Amino acid sequence: MAQRKAELQQLIEDLLAEARRQGATAAEAAVSSNAGLTLTVRLGETETIEHTRDNGLGVTVYFGHRKGSASTSDLSPQAIRETVEAACNFARYTSEDPCSGLADAALMATEIPDLDLYHPWHQGVDEAIELALRCEDAARDFDPRIFNSEGASLNSNDGLHVYGNSHGFIGGYPSSRHSLSCAVLGKQDGSMQRDYWYTLCRQSERLESPEQVGRRAAERTVARLNARQLPTQQAPVLFQADVAVGLLRSFIGAIRGAALYRKASFLLDHLGRAVFPAFVNIHEEPHLPMGLASAAYDNEGVATRSREFVRQGVLESYVLDSYAARKLGMQTTGNAGGVRNLRISSGELDREGLLRKMDRGLLVTELMGQGVNMVTGDYSRGAAGFWVEAGEIAYPVEEITIAGNMRDMMMGLLEVGSDLETRSSVQTGSWLIDRMMIAGE
Amino acid sequence: MSDLIQIAQQTILSPVGLAAQDLDRMLGELTGKGVDAADLYFQSSRLESWVLEDGIIKEGAHNIEQGAGIRVISGEKTGFAYSDELQLPTLQEAARAARAITRSGAEQSVRISGVPISRQLYAAINPLPTLDEVEKVELLRQLDREARNQDPRVKEVIVSLVAAHDVVLVAAIDGTLCADVRPLVRLNVHVIAERGSRREQGSSGGGARESLDYFMQQERGLGYAREAVRQALVNLEAVDAPAGSMPVVLGPGWPGVLLHEAVGHGLEGDFNRKGTSAFSGRIGEQVAAACCTVVDDGTLPGRRGSLTIDDEGTPGQNTVLIENGILKGYMQDKHNASLMKVDTTGNGRRESYAHLPMPRMTNTYMLPGEQDPEEIIGSVDRGLYAVNFGGGQVDITSGRFVFSASEAYLIEKGKVTRPVKGATLIGNGPETMTRVSMVGNDLKLDAGVGVCGKEGQSVPVGVGQPTLKVDELIVGGTEQ
Repeated sequence: MAQRKAELQQLIEDLLAEARRQGATAAEAAVSSNAGLTLTVRLGETETIEHTRDNGLGVTVYFGHRKGSASTSDLSPQAIRETVEAACNFARYTSEDPCSGLADAALMATEIPDLDLYHPWHQGVDEAIELALRCEDAARDFDPRIFNSEGASLNSNDGLHVYGNSHGFIGGYPSSRHSLSCAVLGKQDGSMQRDYWYTLCRQSERLESPEQVGRRAAERTVARLNARQLPTQQAPVLFQADVAVGLLRSFIGAIRGAALYRKASFLLDHLGRAVFPAFVNIHEEPHLPMGLASAAYDNEGVATRSREFVRQGVLESYVLDSYAARKLGMQTTGNAGGVRNLRISSGELDREGLLRKMDRGLLVTELMGQGVNMVTGDYSRGAAGFWVEAGEIAYPVEEITIAGNMRDMMMGLLEVGSDLETRSSVQTGSWLIDRMMIAGE
Repeated sequence: MSDLIQIAQQTILSPVGLAAQDLDRMLGELTGKGVDAADLYFQSSRLESWVLEDGIIKEGAHNIEQGAGIRVISGEKTGFAYSDELQLPTLQEAARAARAITRSGAEQSVRISGVPISRQLYAAINPLPTLDEVEKVELLRQLDREARNQDPRVKEVIVSLVAAHDVVLVAAIDGTLCADVRPLVRLNVHVIAERGSRREQGSSGGGARESLDYFMQQERGLGYAREAVRQALVNLEAVDAPAGSMPVVLGPGWPGVLLHEAVGHGLEGDFNRKGTSAFSGRIGEQVAAACCTVVDDGTLPGRRGSLTIDDEGTPGQNTVLIENGILKGYMQDKHNASLMKVDTTGNGRRESYAHLPMPRMTNTYMLPGEQDPEEIIGSVDRGLYAVNFGGGQVDITSGRFVFSASEAYLIEKGKVTRPVKGATLIGNGPETMTRVSMVGNDLKLDAGVGVCGKEGQSVPVGVGQPTLKVDELIVGGTEQ
């Protein structure tokens, strides 16, 4: 890896030099090189074995305030030359944009701490197949109603990422990512359902056991059998942690610089205003060891640091890269490339506690479709889950929609569960929301 | 040898010093006992994109993607490896990795030969230089002006233009040697309109397997700008959408995304071979109302979803999926077709050399019926008339699907009245198709913007339908 990293750093340096030779006043480039194994077993047999090997290189050049970009998966010298030329050519035709350019040199990361992101999994194909088989077996043996399978998949990927720009910044680090997933089908009285589960980590030792993943997939599938519809009504809604992640992502989408300067956000001009109830804090921790989104610098080389986006319900910061920051007359928040290990503060109650608190309402465990209008905040999505009576799951439900407006849903947040979803760069427990419209029969 | 094969060899193989004999030799190394099928897929793509925003040309980007994928199949097992380096030793290493799916066997020789393509559905052109940079920039500016001139309430305009040139070469141990040159262009206009504190968006676009002149012809590009503004202004007037089960009339063209979700995915061969689709084992059964005939047609000249050959070298076909409500067939790639002992239907598609092919849709649409669209709307006492949609999604096992209306109106006493806000519609594929009660005589295909995602792979597709009425569908609004 050390040698490969040195090669890629050299490649970036040569490329930046070439851009300057072609007349660029500034340039930045990133290269990534990933290799991995993905395999699937189904019904006890190996189904696919894929050896993956992906390279990607992207360069952006600036001629004053004019910009051009190009990228290539082919890292041969002639492809790289063609790529730099193409980027420089575009910069002749794009417009003068006073906001464009590299991030300020003073903001570049000066130290690059080791965030413990690289834990290669030295396993053979046979060993990997064995794990996937154990996972699928556990799912198929879980319940007689499990009658078919989409299989169990194991994925292991190692990558190296190097970024550099003409301020002289260059940084690179290796990382790894491993996952195991399983999806099975259940049948009862003519109702057929499918569900899945997965585990995802930087270090293979920290994955859930294959049996746990398989059993969880089967348990989720069986629980959905014989789902009913609901009558159209208003009711409280509990978003289970894995689907609540999507709500948190929609919130982040609305405070992204690009959405704000385009006036395409339902949280336009909300800085300093309450957007959640006072118990909510939303915090970003980019240097979390082994974090799924950890990085010491962002996609522009800007040093990342921990930050509160929401404090006591009040929106304290947008999510900005340097371009959006200049458009808005602000300072970049080191979020070029997105947020890194974002977490919403959790309360005391686990999912069962939240069900009791809700008493009667809808537990949502699956959402379908896009259905979030980022300009207006209007929210309307397909849903499946469980009807809850007297604080307990009564029966599974499907083929319903839930609707409301993101702003009302955020302010109507009653509680965030302690049941944290950790398989995502955006982490949250379940969300209990006071009231939404459910459309059904 | 056809011209396409020559073009592909010159574009992909010659620059790296590979010759036809090298392909024969590599395929030979993939054969042996236990190997049922194996193929090599070479690809070289160039893509260019332009973005206008805030009245200025903000982005211009160029992308190169090149590589080869090697697949070996034994029964239901598939071994796959790919490389973005096209040097022979790297390819041989990838071939060994893919070949490891079966351990026994000896090399055999393979002789591939090019079969002439009977009908090319689009010209073998590179669309990127069909307008020069100045002309591309002017096209974007013209659309920006057109959108802003439509109405003073238009506040933001984003115009994006994409042109792609994709050259592929497929060689397989069954003797297949095929190539295709696939142009693809797309233009999109997105606007935000403001009235007081209210902001709404509108979006329109189109594309085809054509040169960039396509957007100049018949004022297509200008039409997208006008249409995006019209939608945004309609949405400024929209009231809350209704919630609950009601009759829904779907407009012609793009609302055909209904068919893509409600039946299309469920009829893909892989799901049906594995028995995981709500339509599995139902060939010959009534799965839709008798007024419904649905086809997947990859043979429409120049269309976004069309394929002269699919990514396994099979010529694009027009496949009847549902005829007068009866399930007729599934969409197949070679692997699933051979396991199900049926013929391939030219639906073997892959996002790129780095992805495995699988059965995918091309252009999926419903054939026209008899009814006048006015008559269909007139038959509804209270319901929804939905004419534009965002995306959709389906759970093929339970049959549940959603699609999100972005422009819709209330129907009250047979008349289209007020516009309502976007809402998600949800139904169950097989059930919804039996509730189609009226089919219009106004078949229209979409403007060429569809992207279909499956197992992480995106491919361009088309949809279409005449105006049609579903007696009962759940509308996910907020007004009870």
